[in-house]
Amino acid sequence: MRALVAMSGGVDSSVAAALMLEDGHEVVGVTLKQWEGADGSLPTAGCCTVADAEDARRVAAQLDVPYYVLDYVAEFRAAVVDRFGADYLAGRTPNPCVECNRRVRFRALLDRADALGCDLLVTGHHARVRRNGRYRLLRATDPGKDQSYVLHMLGQADLARVRLPVGEMTKDEVRAHAGRLGLRSAAKPDSQDICFVAGGDYREFLRTHFPAAARPGPIVDEQGRQVGTHAGTAGFTVGQRRGLGVAAGERRYVTSVDAPTATVTIGPRAALATAGCRVSGMSWVAGEAPAGRDVAVQLRYRSRPVPATLAPAGDDWELDFAAPQHGVAVGQAAVVYAGDEVLGGGTIEATRPA
Amino acid sequence: MLYLDNAATTPLRPEAREAMAPFLGDAFGNPSGVHGVARRAKNAMEAAREQVAELVGAAHPLEIVFTGGGTESDNLAVVGAALAGGRRGGVVTTAVEHEAVLEAARFAGRLGCQVEVVGVDHRGVAAPEVVAASAGPDTAVVSVMAANNETGARQPVAKIAHAVRAVAPQALIHSDAVQAFASDDVTVDALGVDLLTIASHKFGGPKGVGMLYVRDGVELEPVLHGGGQELGRRSGTHNVAGIVGMAAAMAAAVADRAGFRERIGEARRRFEARIQGARPDVEFTVPAADRLVQHSHLRFPGTGADTMLIRLDQAQVAASAGSACSSGAMKTSHVLAAMGMDHAAARECLRFTFGWQHGPEDGDAAAAIVTAAAGARR
Repeated sequence: MRALVAMSGGVDSSVAAALMLEDGHEVVGVTLKQWEGADGSLPTAGCCTVADAEDARRVAAQLDVPYYVLDYVAEFRAAVVDRFGADYLAGRTPNPCVECNRRVRFRALLDRADALGCDLLVTGHHARVRRNGRYRLLRATDPGKDQSYVLHMLGQADLARVRLPVGEMTKDEVRAHAGRLGLRSAAKPDSQDICFVAGGDYREFLRTHFPAAARPGPIVDEQGRQVGTHAGTAGFTVGQRRGLGVAAGERRYVTSVDAPTATVTIGPRAALATAGCRVSGMSWVAGEAPAGRDVAVQLRYRSRPVPATLAPAGDDWELDFAAPQHGVAVGQAAVVYAGDEVLGGGTIEATRPA
Repeated sequence: MLYLDNAATTPLRPEAREAMAPFLGDAFGNPSGVHGVARRAKNAMEAAREQVAELVGAAHPLEIVFTGGGTESDNLAVVGAALAGGRRGGVVTTAVEHEAVLEAARFAGRLGCQVEVVGVDHRGVAAPEVVAASAGPDTAVVSVMAANNETGARQPVAKIAHAVRAVAPQALIHSDAVQAFASDDVTVDALGVDLLTIASHKFGGPKGVGMLYVRDGVELEPVLHGGGQELGRRSGTHNVAGIVGMAAAMAAAVADRAGFRERIGEARRRFEARIQGARPDVEFTVPAADRLVQHSHLRFPGTGADTMLIRLDQAQVAASAGSACSSGAMKTSHVLAAMGMDHAAARECLRFTFGWQHGPEDGDAAAAIVTAAAGARR
């Protein structure tokens, strides 16, 4: 078959392209240009730098497959970056990678696969797709590299065409395979940062691009007493402990961020305890909600899933945690699992104190 | 591969390759020397200078300055004229110029020169009276391209030169004729210019070499400073093989021009007629009479240019969407924006440019592949 491979220049997508070739598929490599510097150049840091696009191009040349860079800067800015800033300004804690996958990447790539006559879309994500009657999305073989959380929005029509070949391998196996093939990306370090934030300092990015996030304001305790000041709400997310600049006997955490008044509220860890949350925009991998209501929910990208009960609430869903959770942040994705299988997910809209 | 991106660059003409060969071998000398090896290079270079001077209608070979290409020639013309004599002279140009002119003008602007960028109509043409109205007593240079690199639209350079000289006689007239040279009878007196940019690789010469015609008596501030080659107007060791190759390609191109127009004109007519027959919704950006014979700039409504270019690449046709950035992703065209085209329509425009290597039948072959690609839907 003919496969469109989203190549980032990193080792995972490079090996994904190589594996598709080894399986006898025809491969077309693409990189989505999502962000650019002030002068229209690619950014100098993050996952889509000039160097990364060049790496992807060189890997494609090494594999002797055609390679193209596609411009999605305008779409990405509107759907991801502007929203990222607006969410922070509204006191939420957005996950731009989830928003990007939901609103830009997969739709763009699947549309492009259609337009270019490709049967399959391949990415270097660490997760697994299985089929028994319907398509299922499973955690990766390498638990330390699992990215199923950021793929929870994929539905049956998507998974029918998506292949994630490196999700079947450990990262060491991926690197070894890249090494055997002599791929130049074999030893490249994993990307960690938000792709459009140069140097990984998203607070600085917010201050530069969304000046309202740099508005100073008070830090107050649970009783509303001012205990300090801050240089802008962009510096704070719910559950944060470091960098409060407040001396207190007990450890204090950010419990809420109110952007309109630029107020940051702090409290003891107990004040973070959350009994449940409301989730909007829930999408189900199977196309419908699971029959059972006892699930596991993962509330951040790198956290363990916790037991919860699921209940419909109008267009939204309510999750009741079996035990109180700390640091549940509005704006993050709540992803529902049954064991290793992703059932679906949505965006945390509100939390309920324990 | 059917190569229809000759506005980007062209294959080397055999005449150029042959002329260059000795200078990539035994005749490797630096022309700025006293010995025999240098002399051989110098003689070849000066013969090339005489040849190209005649081909562009220069009065004297020393009116030709060899450069590293079109971009350098444009920079020397615009910046060199604006800064000549220690002044900060004004620059007038149009919104559809090549970036080499527009960015050079902006650079002059950052150094304190007054810069006026004149708009164009929906065909991409600047009106002589509008250009003249932007010039004044402080204008050092007016730069208007002979034909646009994206759309192929010709500018009325001679009329603009005439209109400007009436109101600003001190202003130098520069034209970037990089795209026009292959097909149009480009001479300095016919265009009425003081400065003329030519780039070798657009008509079958090698890359990395070009020339600027500088009318006798015109003073320019150099942009490259160094050993004082080219009478101090362009320092740097000469690219002798490139210069000799450019002259050979230029002579071949000028000798072939009438045939080129006939052959390529027929290829493009067949190309456009067949496409229009298959896809009546196709839109041509500039009327055929107003553009270079080798340029076809068109839009398939509803299909993104980047998708089309990939389909064409897969079908072994090399085309382009105008300009691309360093990553290879498409850039929004400042030319189409200046012509009043909206962003969405501009992202559906494609450029097909024929070249000296083509014959009329290539128009048929190209149209068959392009219409198939435009119609390909799952």
